[in-house]
Amino acid sequence: MAHSARRDSPELPDFSILKRLARDQLIYLLEQLPGKKDLFIEADLMSPLDRIANVSTLKQHEVDKLYKVEHKPVISTSDQLCFLIRPRIQTVKWICDVVNTDKVPGKSRRYKIIFTPQKFYACEAVLEEQGIFGDVSIDEWPFYLLPLDDDIISLELPEFFQDNFLAGDQRWVRTAGSALHLLYSLYGPFSKVYGIGRCSKMAYESWREQVEEGEQKARQAEIGNVFLIDRDVDFVTPLCSQIVYEGLVDDIFRIKCGCVEFGPDVTASDKSVKVMLNSHDKVFSEIRNEHFSHVFGFLSQKARNLQTAYDKRQGMDIKQMKTFVSEELKGLKQEHRLLSLHIGASESIMKKKTKQDFQELLKTEHLLLEGFEIRECISYIEEHINRQVSMIESLRLLCLLSITENGLLPKDYRSLKAQYLQSYGVDHLLTFSNLRQLGLLVEQQPGETLTVMESKVGKLVNDKTAGKLTDAFSSLAKKSNFRALSRKLNLVPKTDEEYDLRVPRDMAYIFSGAYIPLSCKLIEQVLERDGWTGLEEVTRLLNGHEFAVTGSSGVDSRGKNDTQRIILVMFLGGCTYSEISALRFLGREKGYKFIVVTTAITNSSRLLEALLDNHV
Amino acid sequence: MAFITASWNPLGDAFYRKTDLYEMSWSLRDGLRDSLVAAAPYGGPIALLREPQRRSPSSRPQLEIYSASGGTVASFPWKSGPVVQLGWTVSDELLCIQEDGTVLIYDLFGSFKRHFSMGQEVVQSQVMEAKVFHSPYGTGIAIVTSSSRFTLATNIDDLKLRRLPEVPGLQGKPSCWVVLTQDRQTKVLLSNGPELFILDNTSCTVVCPPGLSPQDGNIVHMSVSFSYKYLALLTDSGHLWTGLSTLQEKLSDVDTKKTMAPKQMLWCRRPKSQQPSVVLMWDRLLLVVGVCNETIQYPIEDPCVLVGEMDGVRIISSSNQELLQEVPLVCQDIFKIASMAPGALLLEAHREYEKSSQKADEYLREIKEQSMLGEAVRQCVEAAGHEYDTNTQKSLMRAASFGKCFLTDFSPDQFVTTCRELRVLNAVRDSSVGLPLTHTQFKQLTLQVLIDRLVYRQFYPLAIEVCRYLKIPDYQGVSRVLKHWASCKVQQKDLTDDAIARAVCMKVGDSPGVSYSDIAAKAYECGRAELAIKLLDFEARSGEQVPLLLKMKRSQLALSKAVESGDTDLVYTVVSYLKNEMNRGDFFMTLRNQPVALSLYRQFCKLQEQETLKDLYNQDDDHQELANYYVTASYREKRLEGRLSLLQSAVDEYNKAKNEFAVKTTEDEMRLLRFQRKLDDEKGAGLLGLSLQVTMETLLSLGLHKQAEQLYKDFRVPDKRYWWLKLKSLAEKEEWDELEKFSKSKKSPIGYLAFVEVCIKCNNKYEAKKYVSKVTPEQKVKAHLAVGDLEGAADAAIERRNEAEIGAVLSRCSASNSLVIERLNQARAAIAKK
Repeated sequence: MAHSARRDSPELPDFSILKRLARDQLIYLLEQLPGKKDLFIEADLMSPLDRIANVSTLKQHEVDKLYKVEHKPVISTSDQLCFLIRPRIQTVKWICDVVNTDKVPGKSRRYKIIFTPQKFYACEAVLEEQGIFGDVSIDEWPFYLLPLDDDIISLELPEFFQDNFLAGDQRWVRTAGSALHLLYSLYGPFSKVYGIGRCSKMAYESWREQVEEGEQKARQAEIGNVFLIDRDVDFVTPLCSQIVYEGLVDDIFRIKCGCVEFGPDVTASDKSVKVMLNSHDKVFSEIRNEHFSHVFGFLSQKARNLQTAYDKRQGMDIKQMKTFVSEELKGLKQEHRLLSLHIGASESIMKKKTKQDFQELLKTEHLLLEGFEIRECISYIEEHINRQVSMIESLRLLCLLSITENGLLPKDYRSLKAQYLQSYGVDHLLTFSNLRQLGLLVEQQPGETLTVMESKVGKLVNDKTAGKLTDAFSSLAKKSNFRALSRKLNLVPKTDEEYDLRVPRDMAYIFSGAYIPLSCKLIEQVLERDGWTGLEEVTRLLNGHEFAVTGSSGVDSRGKNDTQRIILVMFLGGCTYSEISALRFLGREKGYKFIVVTTAITNSSRLLEALLDNHV
Repeated sequence: MAFITASWNPLGDAFYRKTDLYEMSWSLRDGLRDSLVAAAPYGGPIALLREPQRRSPSSRPQLEIYSASGGTVASFPWKSGPVVQLGWTVSDELLCIQEDGTVLIYDLFGSFKRHFSMGQEVVQSQVMEAKVFHSPYGTGIAIVTSSSRFTLATNIDDLKLRRLPEVPGLQGKPSCWVVLTQDRQTKVLLSNGPELFILDNTSCTVVCPPGLSPQDGNIVHMSVSFSYKYLALLTDSGHLWTGLSTLQEKLSDVDTKKTMAPKQMLWCRRPKSQQPSVVLMWDRLLLVVGVCNETIQYPIEDPCVLVGEMDGVRIISSSNQELLQEVPLVCQDIFKIASMAPGALLLEAHREYEKSSQKADEYLREIKEQSMLGEAVRQCVEAAGHEYDTNTQKSLMRAASFGKCFLTDFSPDQFVTTCRELRVLNAVRDSSVGLPLTHTQFKQLTLQVLIDRLVYRQFYPLAIEVCRYLKIPDYQGVSRVLKHWASCKVQQKDLTDDAIARAVCMKVGDSPGVSYSDIAAKAYECGRAELAIKLLDFEARSGEQVPLLLKMKRSQLALSKAVESGDTDLVYTVVSYLKNEMNRGDFFMTLRNQPVALSLYRQFCKLQEQETLKDLYNQDDDHQELANYYVTASYREKRLEGRLSLLQSAVDEYNKAKNEFAVKTTEDEMRLLRFQRKLDDEKGAGLLGLSLQVTMETLLSLGLHKQAEQLYKDFRVPDKRYWWLKLKSLAEKEEWDELEKFSKSKKSPIGYLAFVEVCIKCNNKYEAKKYVSKVTPEQKVKAHLAVGDLEGAADAAIERRNEAEIGAVLSRCSASNSLVIERLNQARAAIAKK
């Protein structure tokens, strides 16, 4: 590796406890329903569950058959049904249907619903409304955190993003608080907590409440500082095309729960292969954070090394051969397999991404980030829409344009929208309404109207309500202020000198040297300044809600220097692999170790798909 | 020190002493004569009802409640029926048992709490006698009616009346009876003439105490000890029989030679009693009869009342109160004249030491020689606990402390604890508090209960001092007291809401474990809603405020507090409560002021109650959302007519929302739908629901150029889009002539490079080349490259003298194109020169 890594990076805490804890809790809950039972699992819980307890573990605890929740009538013959679900009303309604269908012929079964990570009152209300509250037993499986890798922990709650930021439904905030509390009680106490964003603040408060309620035990801290950040603080980063290997793989093949399925075009056979992508994969761990442009070089070097290792057997005597086979061959074979997979994947990516189109797309993105030649960009996007290149991509470019330009000119706003609707269907009218609400795609406000309105309203009502109104308004016309932020934080490096992607000098390498992710830059700045002082202007541009709180245990904050350099970053609303790579880079540069906790891994497609409104 | 033993009277091998507790601070006009008196054990309060049998309505008897020291706690005229018996419960509540079987319960301050009846049949037959008794199950009541039937209730807080079986031959009331608690069973022991019966739930058995012959006469009085373990029976011939209450063993049999029945008879024992005794009281005489046959006689001037305690008997007269008890062994050891016990020696040693006499050393040495110093200290400390007089306590503790100095390895715990406890005891024994607890009683009662009792008697400052002094954790100590104090404070009717709220806040502050919502709930119970709200404001956890606010019907406030708490489940609870409580309009208005609750409810409605959602938007005049709602609904609608009408509603709402763009788009959509339907009907094209673009594509691929053209015009599709579309479509269908015609129809808005590229994509180099010439100069190079014409590209690049383009061409050249390369390099060099 070409990086000038600091050698004294602290050791990461062991997060496998989280898995063991979750598994034990699940087993306990399953044992609460003794006897054979069929288990229905919410579709998007399948993969996370698989990481915690495999089928044989479940079978050991008298789970007879496993079903995916498909919102269809059940065909199970078991007299005990157990449902392992997210607290979603649709699923609960489906269970009500199942129970009520059984009631008609007078079939008696035992039902148990296990909500994870917690239940909501609304779910119980539905059970009550449907008259089956007494027929089912309800439990909670506090499975908040799934470690995806040594330094990535996910809540696996993709709906957090749209519920919280789009619908304004804050029910997951407490969940985030509880997740933080779990980390705190296992790896805390934290010496300092920083954060920015409304949701972060609320999650922080919810956590504090739980700390105060519970009893405190003196422990050796394993995590130093915590940084909470809302996704809506930085929408630019997740909307950019990812070019770092792991991000690219996610963009193209979609990594699900730390696992990717490579199709036949990658495996060069007729079968698909599922691969776990984490630091245990020796090949992957070396290329995951690399700019794609020199992943290939690395892989071919690796292939040559491998060949040499294989070649060693030439001229070995029998004994040497024996040790070679027993000791090295397996490792080499494994590496060989992985290497060929990653080479296959890279080739597949190359096919898709190195064409002229992709270069132009990247160029447009970079121009947007820099704020140059906006007209050209708009015509590029127009063409993109007209040629129906991709529904999501077009939308992504539109949003990127709007955020970086602080909204579109009314004329552009209309014409682009109209063209988009013609291309992809008029149902996207509602998608636009969602995007506007989030401030992702808005019309430029004639200068002052908002502030005028605010101050008028402010005079009419008292401060508290005015504050609430401001919040409401701010969602109406969330100004992204990207340009100003970019200047203040120097997010777009000067273009006049060549950027050597092999030897990155800052986090901008993530985006070919064109842009330093805003979220990561904020984290860097706050850690450097040990707070928000000096960033007042920045926080103002980001709509405030920043905080920095020193933890209760000021005692051992000094002595344990290593722990102090372990930083937990919690993204509320998801984070991208690029951001994780950027933080890993920052960590290597400054001797930190970052642990990323996120409500879910996201990327531009997931982000925008969550906002489409044609999935009724 | 000799005078300590002055009040001691020997009884067998032990001593009895009377200790003065209080000069009673009450002033009773008629003493204790003709009064019903009930005094609770453990230094409990005293209730007094004068002339309980007086029935004239003109002058009602007065019910008075005093502390043990005679301080007035409450006094009020008795307005209910004639009272047979008074008694105290274990939690210091006053029980008044009426003739008609009704039991009224009052608290310590004389306020009525509740009442219950001892059974329907009692109403007719009337209560003759009643007894209040304490057992591990709580406080019980036993009554006997004029029809000679007994009824029992073992725990008045969990009332289960048990009517006991009939006693054969019993007419009227028995000559005497007691309640026994044995083997988790409550029984009645009674005598009728010469016979003795045990009455339990199911049967009535005749019993015969061992060693009591019928010649001794009829049993006229009986008494059971504090622990229900021992029984004393007195016959009309003056024989006092004592034994176990199981009637299986006799302890003694003493002839008191008194044939008159005593007014009261009580056991006087203590734990590890050497010489238990029975105390009998007549009008002028108090007789202490030891099981050893010896007696002590005390004269009495005034009518008195005896109160049995676990370690003695309290004697209350109208002027003073004394404690009669067996002197604890350790006190005997220390204070007995000429005692050589180590404790006695240590006390002596210390006394000499204070006098600066060298004798101190002699005494000390004597103890040390027997290596009894530790024992001596322990004795002194223990004895101090048993002493009531503070000076005696002090001298004993000082002696202990003195002795401790000569010990190296002695745990100070007992000393410290006793010091602290004595201080507390002395404080509560003070006449103004009036809790004359002995150390033994205190240990039995536990500190928690003592604090509770102080709190119950509203000695809040003292209780807090005690808690602080004994360093009780706040949760169990100070906070608990404050909570009670605050609950009491909010009931003070003479103070304004503001004053109370301020006072409560100042005192309680943010003590851990005190819940303002609990205090507020209390205030609300007392009918002070405003005060409750003020108090709730101090509650730090908003979530805690909500349930009470809902109960108080302050739903708006409850909602905003729930929102503040950040607990969405709580918000939802309030919302669903409001939904049921309010009419729709008000409900929606309330939600409107709470964006968080509103969005939560909207989420719920989206999944559960679509119709409500519509109403919600309607109420808010949120035309935009309403229109969106209609659009969403239109997707679910299968029939075209239904769909169109929903879209029309959407258009209307968008109009109201002044969203022209959306109006136009939706109208277009409707137009498109109609158009698609028409074509589907005519040609079976299967267009319905497709986007405009896809519709045009389909039309073109079906060869319906005219219709596509019509859409292009009708919907003002941008030229570029249409050209792209047509270009691709024609190329894909390989209609090259048509394409060429199209390219010439007018100047291409997308340029001609697109033509070249699309043709190449369709692998038709020949067609592609046709368009190269039409490409603008800027794109010429690209076009030439696209068709693979390096020479042409080179020419174009050189002509344009563009270095980048030359480079681009060069990069595509291979070795076989050396001629071209050369030309390009020359050109580049030429440009560079300039």
